[in-house]
Amino acid sequence: MEGFEVLIDYMPRLLEGAVVTVEVAFVSLAIALALGLMTASAKLSKSRLARTVAGIYTTVIRGVPDLVLMLLIFFGGQIQVNNIGAYFGWDYIDVDAFTAGTLTIGFIFGAYMGETFRGAFMAVPVGLLEAGYAYGMSGRQVFLRILVPQMMRHALPGLGNNWLVLIKATALVSIIGLHDLVLNAGQAGGSTRLPFIFYLFVAFAFLVFTTLSIWALRWLEKYYSAGVRRA
Amino acid sequence: MDFTPIFENYRLYLDGLELTVKLVFTSLAIGLAMAVPLAILRTSRNPLVNGPVWAFTYFFRGTPLLVQMFLLYYGLGQMQFMIGLSQQFDFLKDAYWYALLAFTLNTAAYTTEIIRGAIEGTDYGEVEAARACGMSRLMIYRRVILPSAFRRALPAYSNEVIFMLHGSALASVITIIDLTGAARIIASRHYNPFEAFIAVGVVYFCITFTLIGGFKLLERHWYAHLRPREEAAGKGKTKARQPA
Repeated sequence: MEGFEVLIDYMPRLLEGAVVTVEVAFVSLAIALALGLMTASAKLSKSRLARTVAGIYTTVIRGVPDLVLMLLIFFGGQIQVNNIGAYFGWDYIDVDAFTAGTLTIGFIFGAYMGETFRGAFMAVPVGLLEAGYAYGMSGRQVFLRILVPQMMRHALPGLGNNWLVLIKATALVSIIGLHDLVLNAGQAGGSTRLPFIFYLFVAFAFLVFTTLSIWALRWLEKYYSAGVRRA
Repeated sequence: MDFTPIFENYRLYLDGLELTVKLVFTSLAIGLAMAVPLAILRTSRNPLVNGPVWAFTYFFRGTPLLVQMFLLYYGLGQMQFMIGLSQQFDFLKDAYWYALLAFTLNTAAYTTEIIRGAIEGTDYGEVEAARACGMSRLMIYRRVILPSAFRRALPAYSNEVIFMLHGSALASVITIIDLTGAARIIASRHYNPFEAFIAVGVVYFCITFTLIGGFKLLERHWYAHLRPREEAAGKGKTKARQPA
C-alpha cells in the first residue's frame, strides 16, 4: 500500500500528538484521583452538606455526556472567566484547550473514581483505623499510612477500568482543537487524502496504550495484594 | 443568563432530540441482535471460532468511539469502491449512516462481552439437567442458558445503554444535527455557549434518568423471585406457626 511511506513521513507529527495524548491522560488522571478521594471522603463524612454536594456532583456527571461538558467548559467557561475578569479589572485570560480538556476529563472521572474509592474505603476494617488512632497517629497519618495502602487493593480493579475508559476519553480534546494524536492524524489524513491509513494508525496506537495499561495494572494488583492469600 | 434564544429555537432542539433517539435506539437494537450470536461464538473452545470475535471486541473496546467514527466516515470515503458506490446511491453521502454503523459496531462489541460473561456464569448443573432431559444444544441455549444469562446481564447492559446515549453526542462532530449538534448551532449563532450547552445537558440528564428508572422497573420484574418476601416474614404467619 502506498500509504505506509506517507505514514513514515508524518511520523514526527504523529508522535508529537501521541505525547500530548499521554500528557492529557496523566494530568486528567491526577485531577480525577484527587477529586475522587475528596468525593469519597465527602460521601462517607458525617456532614450532611458534604454528602449532598458530593451526591449532586456524581449524579450530574453520570447524566450528561462528556462531550457536552467539555464544550460547556471550553466555550462557556471562556466567557464566564472573562466576565469575572472584567469585574475585577484583569486582562483577557485565555482558557486554552489543554486546560479545558484536562479539567473536564478530570472532573468527569473524579465522579467515577469517587464511587470506586467509596466502596474501597468501606472494605477496610474499622479496627485497623482504630488501632492507628490508639498508637497516637493523627487523622492524616491514619489516612496515608493505613487507609490508602489497605484500600488500594480493593480500589484497583475499578480504578483500572476507569483508567482504560479515561484514555479513550482523551480523544475528545481533538474536538476543542488541542493538537493531540487524533487531530494531528486527521490533519495529515486530510492533506494527503489518505485518512483511512492515518486513523487506523491512531486506532492501533490506542490499542497499544490500553494493552500496556492492562499489563501495568496486572503488576500493580499483584503488588498491592502481597500478603493476601487467595482462596 | 438568558435562555430566550433556546426557547425560540425549540424546534431545532426537538428535531435534534428525534435524531438522537433514532440513532441510539437503532444502533442498540442492531447491536444487541448481533451481540447474542457473537457472544455464543465467543464462548466456543475452538480458537478459529472465538479468535475472530475476540479480535473484533478487542479492537472496538480498545479504541475511542470518536476514532472509529472518523475511520468509517473519512476513511471509507477514501476507498475507490466507495467513491463509485456513493455516486450510485445518494444515501451513502449522508453522515447519519456512518455514525449509525460506528455506533452499532461499538455497542455490539461491548454487549458481546457483557453477554459472554453472563453465559459463562451459568451454573453447569443447569446445563447438565437440560441435557439429561434430552434437550438439543439449540434448545438448551433457547430455554436454559440465554434466559438466565440475559437476566444476569441486565445491570451491565443498562450501563451500556447510558454509555451509548452519551456517546451519541459525538455524532455532532461529523455534521449531524442531533441534540448536541443543535446546541452547537445555537451557541455559535447567538454566542451563548453557556446557556445552549446547559439546556442540552438538562435534556440528556432527563433522558438518562428516565432510562435508569425504566431499567430499575425491569429489574424489579425480572428479579421478582429474588426479592425477600416481606409479608411472609413480617406479619402474623410466623406467629401462627408457633405452637400456642
